[in-house]
Amino acid sequence: MMPEMLSLSNSPGIFVGVMLVKLLAVFGVTIFIVAYATWWERKIIGHMQTRLGPMRTGWHGLLQPIADGLKLFFKEDLIPDQASKVPFLLAPLMILIPALITVAVIPFGPDLHIGNFLIPQQITDLNIGVLYIFAFTGLGVYGIVLAGWSSNSKYSLLGGIRATAQMISYELAAGLSIIAIFMLSETLSLREIVSLQQQDLWGVCSFVPNWYIFSQPLAFCLFFITGLAEINRTPFDMPEAESELVSGFCTEYSSMKYALFFMAEYANMTVISAITVTLFLGGWSAPLNIAIFTMVPGFVWLLAKVFALMFFIIWLRATFPRVRYDQLMFLGWKVMLPLALLNVLITGLVVVILQ
Amino acid sequence: MFLEFAKGLSITFKHLLPGHSTTVQYPKVKLQMSDRFRGLHRLVPSQDREKCVACYLCPTVCPAKCITVESAENEKGEKYPKIYTIDLLRCIFCGYCVEACPVEAIEMTGAYELADYNRDDFQFTKQRLLK
Repeated sequence: MMPEMLSLSNSPGIFVGVMLVKLLAVFGVTIFIVAYATWWERKIIGHMQTRLGPMRTGWHGLLQPIADGLKLFFKEDLIPDQASKVPFLLAPLMILIPALITVAVIPFGPDLHIGNFLIPQQITDLNIGVLYIFAFTGLGVYGIVLAGWSSNSKYSLLGGIRATAQMISYELAAGLSIIAIFMLSETLSLREIVSLQQQDLWGVCSFVPNWYIFSQPLAFCLFFITGLAEINRTPFDMPEAESELVSGFCTEYSSMKYALFFMAEYANMTVISAITVTLFLGGWSAPLNIAIFTMVPGFVWLLAKVFALMFFIIWLRATFPRVRYDQLMFLGWKVMLPLALLNVLITGLVVVILQ
Repeated sequence: MFLEFAKGLSITFKHLLPGHSTTVQYPKVKLQMSDRFRGLHRLVPSQDREKCVACYLCPTVCPAKCITVESAENEKGEKYPKIYTIDLLRCIFCGYCVEACPVEAIEMTGAYELADYNRDDFQFTKQRLLK
């Protein structure tokens, strides 16, 4: 009997059970990565600045995220007198939830064959997966703007305004750089994009997989840089800019609400790494089509690639200073956007010629 | 431009490699203080008493006016400090008292962990300075 895809129609009970397990696993792993990304970042930046980073809480500071969390729980939860209460309370959630929800479409392995069913290792396979990702990362900026506006503080407002302008200028280039991928894959489903990337490189080289970074290096660079700008990481962390705006949009926040912003920042970092890995670096597939590599389960490769990209993002933060605001705008509109358009044009021409 | 980016990245990566950290894990590991470090004062003892002859040069030269001396005569007819107190809360650790002393009766040690809970505990009397 041919195994069939597990769905709500052929076996609702098992489907709901499996879905709950997948949800818990993905959510748990994401939260764990978010918590330990803070420790990892402090360690790496510390060593890069010839310091040690956290050392006291546990072995080499391994319990630091837990200590931080506990500390933030016991802090006074302050709401400024002049703040607009409802948006002020809503804003942290509006940043964190879109960041976490995006993980739902990231595939983390091949279909599992259990009993008579095929279980996809992905929470949901939307046929418009990439559009969904862009919709939710775009929503994230509302949280920042609302936080900045509702705090009724000049620094917060400036942070919020900067976030809006930055998001508008970089979302365009990010979207355009991805279009080149769709021209090659002819699908928006992340699951199929990953399976296409497992084929031989350009149909010639049998042991190197056909990752889109090889055919679209420019798009990869563009997407990665615009991604950094979208999640407000250094060198594009204008909305927070400690040295200019105190703490930007989260100046007035304290206690767990501040922790939510903090978590959202690292969740965004994880998500943007996961998206880049899925679109350009073959998702959960092995880096070489060799038996030893392909035997390793998919989620290991996915996590390894995500961690590598996150390391690179942290490395960038330790190395480069923040760009000036007009430089940021110049880069977005006059460099990234034309390059992305050019990339689309060239890809289109090549695809037409090869057909 | 890209070459400079790569250069910067390589420098930070070099620092990441083990053995580049300059941090001293302070309470567990302590650095050896230089011999010329100006820490807590110490009155130098001689055979049976302190070397100090209560000449009042140190309270005179002290820019922070933190040294209190009261002289007296012992049974041998020698001058000695009946009271010798340094108020560490006022002291600026300039070391002028050590320079001014004609008999090298006061010196500065390497002790720098001087925090305490009461203001009174910062009054270093003769007995404490002789230790």
